[in-house]
Amino acid sequence: MQQIINFILRNKTTLLYLFLLTLGISMSVQSHSYHRARFFNSANWLSGSLYGVQSDISSYFNLREENENLVEENTRLRNLLFNLEIDSLEGVAKDSFPFEVIPAKIIKNSYALRNNYITINKGDVNGVEQDMGVITSKGILGIVEHTSDGFAAVQSLLNTKSNINAKIKNTNNFGSLKWNTDRFDVVQLEDIPRIVELYIGDTIVTGAMSSIFPENIPIGTIKKFDLLASENFYTIDVALFNDMTNIKNVYIIKNRDSDEIQILEEKIENDQ
Amino acid sequence: MTNNLYLKNGLRFVLLILAQVLVFNRLNFLGFINPMIYLLFLYWYPIKQRRSIFIIISFILGFIIDIFSDTLAFHSVACATMAYFRPAIMRFVFGVNYEFQSFKLSNTTRAQQIAFLAFLIIGHHAIFFMLEIFSFSHLLLLLKKTISTSAGTLILGILIISLFSAEKE
Repeated sequence: MQQIINFILRNKTTLLYLFLLTLGISMSVQSHSYHRARFFNSANWLSGSLYGVQSDISSYFNLREENENLVEENTRLRNLLFNLEIDSLEGVAKDSFPFEVIPAKIIKNSYALRNNYITINKGDVNGVEQDMGVITSKGILGIVEHTSDGFAAVQSLLNTKSNINAKIKNTNNFGSLKWNTDRFDVVQLEDIPRIVELYIGDTIVTGAMSSIFPENIPIGTIKKFDLLASENFYTIDVALFNDMTNIKNVYIIKNRDSDEIQILEEKIENDQ
Repeated sequence: MTNNLYLKNGLRFVLLILAQVLVFNRLNFLGFINPMIYLLFLYWYPIKQRRSIFIIISFILGFIIDIFSDTLAFHSVACATMAYFRPAIMRFVFGVNYEFQSFKLSNTTRAQQIAFLAFLIIGHHAIFFMLEIFSFSHLLLLLKKTISTSAGTLILGILIISLFSAEKE
């Protein structure tokens, strides 16, 4: 007994270090799984407010550019609206649409790591929940992973855990969108079968297979595609429409039907 | 004197975290180089203090940076490891002098100081990127990230150290 105590006292620094090492490594392994680490992310109160203050100040420096982007988008939407049969959206009951859009601002962006997260300034109180899609005026950005009262951490497209259903525009050939961490402006579309004819420059949009994003939201264009002789599926490099290094205003998409869809899907899984 | 020490290190702790998360994490030089300037805390931390407390403080420092940058526990592990091995690195760089009671970082040569800082940085970055990349099939990527980010941190670190060092003359 005495010897054990002596041993602990003699090596207390090493033991402390080993303890912290195990703690740290177990935390990083756990954070790879989806629902863990709910409190230790940048959406918490402290880092959220700090980033919020900084973003309030720094957002003044590119107001002009952001305004131009928003006007451009408004013009596009106006064009769509004027060419529709209805003359304004005012008479339409909002609740009849399955998708609801919540505007938000990015307060922290990152794209240099392998698992990148973006922090936005809307959270639980604004109705943001886990698994909602986040888009910009140009294309998709990611999926909400954690929320706190006033902030949310978004799993960016540039994240090795990201896996989004996508298809080639005007066809129904879908695959999954992943990221191989090489470049922050290129993501990879996998699982498109070899019988599909592809052309460089084709547009890739979100598919209908997920309840997170509405169908046909732009993602990017085909930059390059490879097909090894022995393989049945293409690996496609997709150049993103979004400049992931320079984004400010985003929209969170809430699908009113997602609960219903999830319940249905769970039923199918349970039946099998 | 002791109060002054706590105050100084506490202030340094907070300021380095702020500088790291608000400025240097957003640098993205060449698209991926984000110098980890908060490591200077380990460089400046007083030598003749309890080792266990130093390791715990370093772990907390890394942990706060982790929370801010959503890299759970990579910084903490790397930082605590460097805190644990700091005496060994110092003995290696400064030789026998390090054992004396009167040893001071400011009395050593410039080359020794830079070597000490470089060892801290390279060790830390190697551990950090190993955890971040988490596979040896990307060995080249690991080397590229470690070397370029280390160079960035070292250059900025030397600049900041010379900016804040008290003149000896």
